[in-house]
Amino acid sequence: MSYTNQRIAYGNALVQLGRENRNIVALEADLGKSTMSHMFQQEFPDRYFEMGIAEQNMASTAAGLSLTGKIPFIHSFAVFSTGRAFDQIRQTISIGRLNVNICGSSAGLSDFGDGSTHQSVEDIAIMRAIPNMTVFCPVDANETGKVVRAMAEIDGPCYIRINRNDYENVTSEDTPFQVGMPTVLKDGSDIAVFAIGIMAVKALEAAKALEGKISLKVINVSTIKPLNAQAIIDMAKDCKAVITAEEHNIIGGLGSGIAQALSKECKPIEFIGINDTFGCSAHSYDELLDYFDLTPESIIQAAQRLNKSKY
Amino acid sequence: MDKQELIKKLEEQARVLRRDIVEIVGVGLPGHIGGSCSSADIVTALYFYKMHLDPKNPKKIDRDRFLFSKGHAAIVQYAALAELGYFDKSELKKCKSLGSILQGHPDYRKTPGVEANTGSLGQGLSIGLGMALGLKLDNIDRKVYVIIGDGEIAEGQIWEAAMAASNFKADNLVAILDNNELQATGPIAERFNTNPLIPKWESFGWNVIEINGHDMGQIIDALDEADNVKGKPTIIVAHTIKGKGISFAENAVEYHNGALTQEAYEKALAELSC
Ligand SMILES: Cc1ncc(C[n+]2csc(CCOP(=O)(O)OP(=O)(O)O)c2C)c(N)n1
Ligand SMILES: [Mg+2]
Repeated sequence: MSYTNQRIAYGNALVQLGRENRNIVALEADLGKSTMSHMFQQEFPDRYFEMGIAEQNMASTAAGLSLTGKIPFIHSFAVFSTGRAFDQIRQTISIGRLNVNICGSSAGLSDFGDGSTHQSVEDIAIMRAIPNMTVFCPVDANETGKVVRAMAEIDGPCYIRINRNDYENVTSEDTPFQVGMPTVLKDGSDIAVFAIGIMAVKALEAAKALEGKISLKVINVSTIKPLNAQAIIDMAKDCKAVITAEEHNIIGGLGSGIAQALSKECKPIEFIGINDTFGCSAHSYDELLDYFDLTPESIIQAAQRLNKSKY
Repeated sequence: MDKQELIKKLEEQARVLRRDIVEIVGVGLPGHIGGSCSSADIVTALYFYKMHLDPKNPKKIDRDRFLFSKGHAAIVQYAALAELGYFDKSELKKCKSLGSILQGHPDYRKTPGVEANTGSLGQGLSIGLGMALGLKLDNIDRKVYVIIGDGEIAEGQIWEAAMAASNFKADNLVAILDNNELQATGPIAERFNTNPLIPKWESFGWNVIEINGHDMGQIIDALDEADNVKGKPTIIVAHTIKGKGISFAENAVEYHNGALTQEAYEKALAELSC
């Protein structure tokens, strides 16, 4: 099976986990048909809690469930599951290092029609800044299931960022996944592109377009935290410059993490991301990605700039 | 104008707003048809009967204020604002397109007549309370009207606002609960039951008026009655039908945020033609 939608891959993985471990429980805040947690409800109605539109209560209730030995997954759109329930996630769940797993669905700009209130440009920054939190952004549907499994195993809070829309897989079902390990999607020698989510797809397109001119190495950083600094340094070592690409504010997200990891390496870095603005409504996802320059073209242009300059 | 005439006129206006809703949503892209249609009669009564407003001067100090706490139903507010001339009606067709002044949820900085950014549920009643307190500080005798959803009231903040409003005796704050008995994923009674409503609000210190939210006479009477209540906030619990006015969308959870096919679009417009 090859899924093209992360939400469906997520739902399938949660159901599979539920079959293997009866301690897995799911909590939802009236978006189950969007987050796909309703797939879990269909199979395990007793282990599914519709909490109503009340994300804060959902988060703390999950903390309580976790303290009775359950492994809760809580769900909402990324803006709400991180932003609305921040203090609950911080205080009891993260300080207490509880195995509560947070699903941020319809993340980034992927809820294109609903506009700024529903588009998360800062969820990674918020979650990264919380001690004890592990932060994942699976690159595609195939990797999503592997991340869900890892989240249940990690004995502490985890956040997963999920895209709403269909797009192609860039990994296969057999691609190994290891928590904390960035993986090379395409080898190259001139510039290392560290990317997350759909931006890895854009980076691969850029690499293809630049073939024979500039050699891009494309790296998937699906574990955003803890960020494996040594692996990042090793992967960038033979390249003269670095690009980061994320569907997130350039403040506090992947780019910030990579820059910190490479701070002693003296390599120029270009940051592709949302330039410290909120999102807005559009009739399609692609239109919105273009509008915010989250495209192969911006990666190509960054690569050309970096390639030209003498560092 | 005599009352029967007024009611007739408002009912006709509500029909126009529902037509606008269908035209805004158009074909093939999702839109919050259900919750917009359930609020349409209330929004009509507020904008075309009750509120003191000046579309030529949207920021006029001495005005009543309206907030859609259930901001996803913004399109019916956009329709009302356009009909009143806050902006050109041609903007409606551009709603939710890139660069539009009409966003998926109300945007204070982009849309003339929108009073605050809402869309994350549960926050509008608190914003309304702040406005009500601010108006009192300035001795401005105007009201703040806030429409909230029956799914939305699961948010704890609603009850923080409810307690605060009675604590501050905010009698210039009027909430209207659009009690359409559906949330995004299904019936309130089956998904997350926020009932019973009346005793909850009464025990939080509110004056409660219960009406049929599609009966224009009852709506305007309730809004007028709220003017005479002193010392406590008023909530109008309006029993409504999600999707009201479009036969196939009525009580249909698919149209919480559903798309219309060409055929459904034409059928809806036909049903809403005079
Ligand atoms: C804090 C928050 N959580 C979730 C959502 C997503 N959402 C939008 S509308 C809706 C259901 C609202 O139900 P209700 O309040 O009954 O409104 P209505 O039936 O009038 O549409 C949900 C869950 C949101 N906008 N804000
Ligand atoms: Mg409702």
